Amino acid sequence: ELSPGRFPAGRAAAVAVAMLRYRRGGPARALRLRELRRARAQDIKDVGHKYYLELELEDVLDKNRTVNCTAEVLYHLGNKNIAPDVQFTLEGELKSTEEADHLFYTRIRSLEKELVAENIPDSHGHVPPELEPLHLLAWAASGYLVWQNSTENTQLQLAQIKHVKQVKRSDKYLQFDYVVLLHKMVSQEIIPWEMTVLWHPRDGVQVTRDSCQPGH
Amino acid sequence: MRLVLILSALLGASLGLETFVGHQVLRIKTKNEEEVKQLQFLESLEHLELDFWINPSAPALPVDVRIPAVSVQSVKAFLESQGIEYSILIEDLQEVLDKEKQDMAESAQRERSTSFDFGSYHTLDDINAELDHLASEYSFVEKIQIGESYEKRPLYALKFSTGRSKRPAIWLDAGIHSREWVTQASALWIANQIASGYGTDSFITSLLDKMDLFLLPVANPDGFVYTHTSNRMWRKTRSKNAGSVCYGVDPNRNWDAGFGGPGASSRPCSESYHGPSANSEVEVKSVADFITNHGNFKAFLTLHSYSQLLMYPYGYKCTRPDDYAELESLGRAAANAIKSVYGTTFQVGPICTTIYQASGGSIDWAYDSGIKYSFAFELRDTGRYGFLLPANQIIPTATETWMGLKRIMEHV
Repeated sequence: ELSPGRFPAGRAAAVAVAMLRYRRGGPARALRLRELRRARAQDIKDVGHKYYLELELEDVLDKNRTVNCTAEVLYHLGNKNIAPDVQFTLEGELKSTEEADHLFYTRIRSLEKELVAENIPDSHGHVPPELEPLHLLAWAASGYLVWQNSTENTQLQLAQIKHVKQVKRSDKYLQFDYVVLLHKMVSQEIIPWEMTVLWHPRDGVQVTRDSCQPGH
Repeated sequence: MRLVLILSALLGASLGLETFVGHQVLRIKTKNEEEVKQLQFLESLEHLELDFWINPSAPALPVDVRIPAVSVQSVKAFLESQGIEYSILIEDLQEVLDKEKQDMAESAQRERSTSFDFGSYHTLDDINAELDHLASEYSFVEKIQIGESYEKRPLYALKFSTGRSKRPAIWLDAGIHSREWVTQASALWIANQIASGYGTDSFITSLLDKMDLFLLPVANPDGFVYTHTSNRMWRKTRSKNAGSVCYGVDPNRNWDAGFGGPGASSRPCSESYHGPSANSEVEVKSVADFITNHGNFKAFLTLHSYSQLLMYPYGYKCTRPDDYAELESLGRAAANAIKSVYGTTFQVGPICTTIYQASGGSIDWAYDSGIKYSFAFELRDTGRYGFLLPANQIIPTATETWMGLKRIMEHV
């Protein structure tokens, strides 16, 4: 049994939520951790460390409601280049985003010029309302980067979108090429990271390509 | 051969500059590793004083670089001769900055005619003006200079004192890490709260009747200015590191407490570089000397962001301080006080087991110097906006933080 306030449990919870954000998030849904209810750790010989977590989540756009979630995070022993295994079970439903998703999708599809934007949020934390879906989409997609690059000794967060460019496609997907800044909590480094994000209302978020500075 | 000639031209064009007139910001699109190497070579030419906003690292990533006016043409010639693609992001940086300044001046004008807008982020000049304003409006508030930064900016603190003798005192600082903007902003609000509350608010009145309070709202002014002019994500001081292209020392790894131990880096380019020696940073030494010379501080409180944590020593070692039980329970009480305002939850605990092991930190130094009530706050949020906390959260953050600080001060 672990203390929810202390860091091994907190970091595992952050990884679980990052994965959840990636799998369930989108331009109209941003999930964050409201509370880590309980945490338990298990040392699996020759395999790694496994965390059993009870999480309470909220959608930042729908704060009146919370959803409970159980998750298991397994950090593999040895090779630090393998992403942790994350399994989760959501208890209950998240607010539907069908309408907002549809609006965003048609709005972007109908743009004549490909959308380009920078510094989201700006220095003052401000995000123009029409760019908020792009912000939330990046936040969801960055969940993939966080999940893929987390170890027991790190904690990653999206710090800012430096640059985003829409890339028109002939298929049904929306494509956005992002350059984001990730904040690495323990070393305090800010790392530029490039990611190509595909999204469609029914298919959710996909990061198809990503790269960062070598040596980080 | 051509490369050598162009590079000599670049060598000849280096100058020290104070404004950004004619400075251009280029976005360079590298196509391959070779081009990245060329840019890294360019980066190493320190005399050019190129300021890379995004460093050359991988072919896929754009490189943003600010070029001093005198070097613009030569750098462009170099890029063109190498066939490296670039575009102009900012034609004249000074124009952009002037516009921004103008916007801020206009909003400041509006502010001065009413009052300081605590609900938005301000420049160093505006903050210093507000410190002057508070000092002039309240007789028991005095603006003092603790020392000077590396770039020779004064370190201004407010002294709240209703008595004449050297009373027991409380220390509060913010902005030691310059990118944590909600901390400097909250400190201003808190200063105003304390100043305007004396005589009307029973807690503030009884506190200041017994103790003095010292508040340093911008503990790292050089870094703070840099976050406004060049890189919003700058954390460290702006001191020049001998033998390195990288500037700055992490001021919260530079205190004489477990200095150089685990949880700090010995590499100048690292965000947690501890510096060549303890107190090497004048910003740190000034505060340490001030507190030591005063000799009667009872509490040392410091504001950081983000993560929503309320921590006490130790960071440099993972063993409990002697006063663990008292600090833990006081910390919990303060966290409850914070939560009572808007429901914001703070985790409580010693630095080492709550966030990470970190040596050379300020509250460890304060505690080991005999100041029992040493706490570090990490304010909002938990990562949604991180360092870029929207301005509309400044006052709620300051309000709830103040409740936590009060709870601690009551006990001191």
